[in-house]
Amino acid sequence: MAYIELRQVTKYFGDVTAVDHLNLTMEHGECLAMLGPSGCGKTTTLRMVAGFEDIDDGEIFVGERCLSSKRKNFYVPPEERNFGMVFQAFAVWPHLSVYENVAFPLRIRKLPREEVEKRTKEALKNTNLLDVASNRPDDLSGGGKQRVALARALAIRPDVMLLDEPLSSLDPHFREEMRFEIKDLQRRLGFSILYVTHDQSEAMALSDRILVMRAGVMQQTGTPLEVYGEPNSRFVFEFVGLSSFIEVAFAEGGMRIGDGVYPWPGGVLPASAIRAAGRGLLAVRPFEIEFRNVDGNKGVPGIVTRKVFLGETIDYRLQVGDKAEIRVQKTRRNPGPAVGDNIKLEFPRPHWYRVDG
Amino acid sequence: MGNTSRFGTAQFLFALSVGILVAVVAVPMLLIFFNAFWVNGHFNIADVIRVLRQGETYKALLNSLFLSSGVTVTGTLVGTFFAWLVTRTDLPFKRTMKLLFLVPFMLPAFIGALAWKMLLSPRAGYINRLFMDIFGFDGPIFDIYSYAGIILVETMYLFPFVFIQVSGALERMDPTLEESARISGADLFTITRKITIPLVLPSILSGALLIMLYSMAHFGTVAVLGAETGIYNIPTLIYEKIHQSAGSFDSIRTATVLATVLVIAAAFILWLQNRVLSQGRYQIIAGKSFRPSELKLRGWRVPMFVFCMFYIALTIVLPTATIFMVGGLKTYGLPFVSENMTWNNYKYILFEWDLTRDAIWNSVSLGLIAALVTMFAGVIISYVIVKMKVRGKGFLEFLGMLPFSVPGSVIALGVILAWSGKFGINLYNTVWIILVAYVARYMAFSLKANSAALEQVHDSLVEAARASGATMWQALKDIVIPLVRPGMMAAFFLIFLPALRELTVSVLLYGPTTRTIGVAIYTLNEDGETVYSAALAGIALVIIVTGEILIKRLVAGKNNG
Repeated sequence: MAYIELRQVTKYFGDVTAVDHLNLTMEHGECLAMLGPSGCGKTTTLRMVAGFEDIDDGEIFVGERCLSSKRKNFYVPPEERNFGMVFQAFAVWPHLSVYENVAFPLRIRKLPREEVEKRTKEALKNTNLLDVASNRPDDLSGGGKQRVALARALAIRPDVMLLDEPLSSLDPHFREEMRFEIKDLQRRLGFSILYVTHDQSEAMALSDRILVMRAGVMQQTGTPLEVYGEPNSRFVFEFVGLSSFIEVAFAEGGMRIGDGVYPWPGGVLPASAIRAAGRGLLAVRPFEIEFRNVDGNKGVPGIVTRKVFLGETIDYRLQVGDKAEIRVQKTRRNPGPAVGDNIKLEFPRPHWYRVDG
Repeated sequence: MGNTSRFGTAQFLFALSVGILVAVVAVPMLLIFFNAFWVNGHFNIADVIRVLRQGETYKALLNSLFLSSGVTVTGTLVGTFFAWLVTRTDLPFKRTMKLLFLVPFMLPAFIGALAWKMLLSPRAGYINRLFMDIFGFDGPIFDIYSYAGIILVETMYLFPFVFIQVSGALERMDPTLEESARISGADLFTITRKITIPLVLPSILSGALLIMLYSMAHFGTVAVLGAETGIYNIPTLIYEKIHQSAGSFDSIRTATVLATVLVIAAAFILWLQNRVLSQGRYQIIAGKSFRPSELKLRGWRVPMFVFCMFYIALTIVLPTATIFMVGGLKTYGLPFVSENMTWNNYKYILFEWDLTRDAIWNSVSLGLIAALVTMFAGVIISYVIVKMKVRGKGFLEFLGMLPFSVPGSVIALGVILAWSGKFGINLYNTVWIILVAYVARYMAFSLKANSAALEQVHDSLVEAARASGATMWQALKDIVIPLVRPGMMAAFFLIFLPALRELTVSVLLYGPTTRTIGVAIYTLNEDGETVYSAALAGIALVIIVTGEILIKRLVAGKNNG
């Protein structure tokens, strides 16, 4: 049996189904990121695991222990679930010192004084906060406050950490640093992480597995590589990276764009279910598009409408056929075409989706 | 030429502002201090102490302190509890309950005191009689003519000061602050004790100090409930000194000494409140906020709801109903049965009796004029303080702070000293002296509302108008005034409504034909005309509540449009 298990977990807010019969399993020590746009139900799911929201259907297990069950009308309150949790807005208590914040969960558990001191110091050390232990949290930067929140969550040596967009309130450079710190702590201490974020790069960097959600429904789970490399829907493709789409009609032996018919890009046929619709969506990553000479006989013709230098990369916009505007990115070392140039494009790694999503 | 005129618009507005505040606030205040400390041609602090040690004054000081402390404690407990209940639990109909708990703010405390006197006075009170006549009690179940009675009645009408502050703070507070304690293993009781209460403590304290400030300077309840058993506080003793002693030097001096104590105490309380707010305000405002998790009252849900309804019925419905019912009695003391009821009292005081008709007319016209004058004066003064760079602004700011800390009875005493012919103008016994006092009394409200609105108007808006070719006056007229109009409206109503029901100031200033509604109700009650007093109070309640509702509508409509 998996360590954490959600079975058919459902939540309604009035008429809205916030989470729709979600099944999810996690192994001990795994880091799973729930990724999706705001309002997709990821935070609600996390809050149901934490116990802040009742569930309207299904069951939640951690270890062998049932935490929530609609069927049995059973519900362990958050304070008895023994999780560590970190919130987006830090939620460190401004009227207590850094030390007192971190010691709070231990004192609540009525641990002996030496033990409280030992574990608090340990958590502060793990998060590099020993020097500021007697400060008030409001004296610290955003990153510092989030470290306090992390230390407070770690103090009870939890098996499971619930992280609710913990890095979104931080400055960009802190964000990256904290990302590695969290990962490093997990490696050393061995807890499991259930992580909520809308930032795909955060999810990729931190997690062993990603779960993409949309409108309360799980879309795909897999390793970051799988989700990025083989998105199973247009939505996932678009959400986990930069994307370019060209809508095409299917013809005998290839695809029709404008007046021309071109062979299947990369030699990859769309699945028969997609072909049956007569039209399809060609999805490509902007870095996975090749420029070809306009006079050659390979590739689909396009015209450069915009070219922007972004530092390490150059970002092109091209018109393909009558309707499609696509983005292409190249490293700056390739001297590319100029605005107004006609050019041909090849798509060596195509993905095919239905037009209606 | 970089040569600007020596006396331009800025200087004119500055001089005008200083002039208004000096005439209306500073001179009366200085006269009080002067009368208190200047005895027989020299500064004499020993004599001030002698006055304070007289039995009567000493007792008034102690009573004011004791009563206001008592009200502060009970009002803070009640206000905090209900605020917590309507923001942090799953109490049924929370929104409605929240509005209901604000109703006592609308009702004048002295009218409430009047109602409670009718219900719980030891011999004639309806509730006491009910228990004595029907259930055979030997004595009254509760004597409202007591310290406890006064504290209870004031608590009912003053607890919203704390309720508003605390429920506001609890609503704005980031719910994850409590959730993180919960996930740390703390139960709800521990969270409330260790996290929630400490975080909103500044709001609780600041509300508590407001109650204290108000209660200490409060005239009506003590005057109505304390007279019988000789309980008096500073404002009621000032009233007695001015009224009963026919203006002898000695009694005026005692009054000025008492007023001085009141001013110092009020200033101290406000200073304390400022400190509490500036030092203790944590950044607890929510960012991305989930709905705060509500404490599930479960088995307590219905009992708590019943308790709230009972509280509202007891403190709002019962007194209000009593006022209307007694106002409809043929003679005070008769039982409430239909053959004892009549509409004639209402008809009489509305259409026939000059005294009450005059009172209504006086209050409405005084309220309107005072609100208009104070609103415009407030805009000008706030503009100088907030926006202009003139020399001596610090002095103006100091003068602008004064009205905040001057209780009503002190202002009334001050205008008596200033405008009774001392400077060649004698307004005593005219309606104008009340108007002058109202302007001084309510200047603080106007300054607060207007400077808040002006602070929202960024300087660059005016600069943009000037850059577009507008003159100073055009920029004021077309940009600033339209933007601060909501602040001016707010100031107008913040003055007009309280002025309608005002008692503390006008009771010291009224003359034979210049009674206000409050004074008329109070004096009718004093003269034993209880049913007329109740009927007029009923009419006053109708006017006040209608006014409040109309204004809420108006403001809400404005915001939606």
